[in-house]
Amino acid sequence: MVPLPPAAGHQVRTFDPVMDQSPHVSPQHQAALFTDGLELECGVRLAPLTVAYRTYGTLSPRADNAVLVCHALTGDQYVAETHPLTGKPGWWSRLVGPGLPIDTGRFFVICVNVLGGCMGSTGPRSERQDRSGPWGTDFPPVTIRDMVRAQALLVSRLGIDRLFAVVGGSMGGMQVLSWAATFPERVFAALPIATAPFHSAQNIAFNEVSRQAIFADPDWQGGRYWQDGRIPARGLAVARMMAHITYLSEEALTRKFGRKVRRDPAMGPVAPGVSPGAGLFGEMFEVESYLRHQGSSFVQRFDANAYLTITRAMDYFDVAADHDGDLAAAFAGTRTRFCVISFSSDWLFPTAQSRILARALNMAAANVSFVEIDTDKGHDAFLLDEPDFDRTVRGFLSGCAEHAGLA
Amino acid sequence: MRLDQKLIAEMIEPGTRVLDIGSGDGSLIDHLFRTRNCDARGIELDMGEVTRSVSHGLPVMHGDADSDLAHYPDGAFDYVVLSRTLQAVERPREVLRQMLRIGARAIVSFPNFGHWELRAQLLLRGRMPMTDAWGRPWYETPNIHPCTIRDFFALCAEEGYRVQDWMAINELGNRAPWRRSIQLANLFGEQALFLLARV
Repeated sequence: MVPLPPAAGHQVRTFDPVMDQSPHVSPQHQAALFTDGLELECGVRLAPLTVAYRTYGTLSPRADNAVLVCHALTGDQYVAETHPLTGKPGWWSRLVGPGLPIDTGRFFVICVNVLGGCMGSTGPRSERQDRSGPWGTDFPPVTIRDMVRAQALLVSRLGIDRLFAVVGGSMGGMQVLSWAATFPERVFAALPIATAPFHSAQNIAFNEVSRQAIFADPDWQGGRYWQDGRIPARGLAVARMMAHITYLSEEALTRKFGRKVRRDPAMGPVAPGVSPGAGLFGEMFEVESYLRHQGSSFVQRFDANAYLTITRAMDYFDVAADHDGDLAAAFAGTRTRFCVISFSSDWLFPTAQSRILARALNMAAANVSFVEIDTDKGHDAFLLDEPDFDRTVRGFLSGCAEHAGLA
Repeated sequence: MRLDQKLIAEMIEPGTRVLDIGSGDGSLIDHLFRTRNCDARGIELDMGEVTRSVSHGLPVMHGDADSDLAHYPDGAFDYVVLSRTLQAVERPREVLRQMLRIGARAIVSFPNFGHWELRAQLLLRGRMPMTDAWGRPWYETPNIHPCTIRDFFALCAEEGYRVQDWMAINELGNRAPWRRSIQLANLFGEQALFLLARV
């Protein structure tokens, strides 16, 4: 991990997300090594390829109970256990575990750090093949399907021919769709959640603002920030702040923060030359404080170049593109059972997108369930406590297990 | 399961592909899967019912007869079922066309507006009739396209559908004994159940 920049170099900025940052500890991630690597859609062969992953539960003797959980843009493989960097519970620990909707007492759950990520799988922070240093922004562009093909290598290595289910929200849902379209015979059930069959212009626009925030940070240095031991912490934090707004809803923000103001000298100067508690920025809205916290905690665990690589992969995502724009053709003849789930207040991946997906699956005569969960929590609802959502996931998987003949 | 749904289930060959439009709590598709080994799916407008159905492992999709049937390919199903809903859709004729496009057969049930009680109420009182089957006042009823058994036969003839089987049933869903006379059925049948096929 890159050493941190000295805080003194950043006094003129409006806030300092790295001020309270503790030194990074780079944990050893469980990983599989593929010496032959993977040929990416862009034509580059990445070799060797490292695929970092975690598993939970026990694989059945017939290897027919595996559930692959795909993580979202800023998620990772630590789906159901304490995160080694943040010390926080796994990002889906309320859904994945013994007796939970994705029941590790019944299913063998696999979660893989995506290709291009920064938690152990090959990505921009990995050493180049010729040992000349990290890839950085020279890391080849990867696609969602590349991520899925890397996962498929691992699934095969684990001795699993067909996955019982592939489950994921947001970008995880894109991987679910890519799995179902690329390896239809290897997916019995698919649960794309709060996602879309293509990244919309609005989605790309938000990603672009995130990326420009990173580019605008002088510490980014054309992506070679590791060379003098800095990270573009401000740019990355602003990117995260902006993106985080898109994960919430107006209602949720109002409910949580409203127009509440805090005067907190411990927050330090909020603008150049302004002492705490006075002037234009003397007070801080709680929503501002919350976003700053989101930004500063994010830079402690995420790599800027990985963020650029993965957001680009999302932008290029369009399942129908390989089928002359015909989404139904991407799933023609599929025997996978689908359950499409959207959330009523999600404006980043709105229900209308899920409906397009569900109708295309109908057109392909696929077995599809489609549920919109009523909630005011926005896109992030798939990570939060939503009893109807939990029941839907549990019921769909149980129904599929019956059809698959699982014990 | 409602009694009329039992009669519907009896019309369906085992091991076939079935779409139930307005699947409600999913009891018909559950029954068809468990007892007839059918690949049965549902479409339902009420999101609460959809969530409940999917939570019970049933393949149900949020949608409605008017806008979602167009998104299925030709011949995707052996049977398409629409029970007690035809009178409430916006374009009944188009819905029937879609049903017989995406399915080889259509099973349709509807409350019969030709029943003698309705006729009598309208004749004697001059007010919109209200019965068990037609229980909501005119200004808030969802049943915007009521028809009689004879109307339905006429539509089938006009559209060229073959009536493979039909019966009048009473409000409890029991088979009523009027099936050999359309006129009597139209007078005494509270509900009607049709099995249609493309000619």
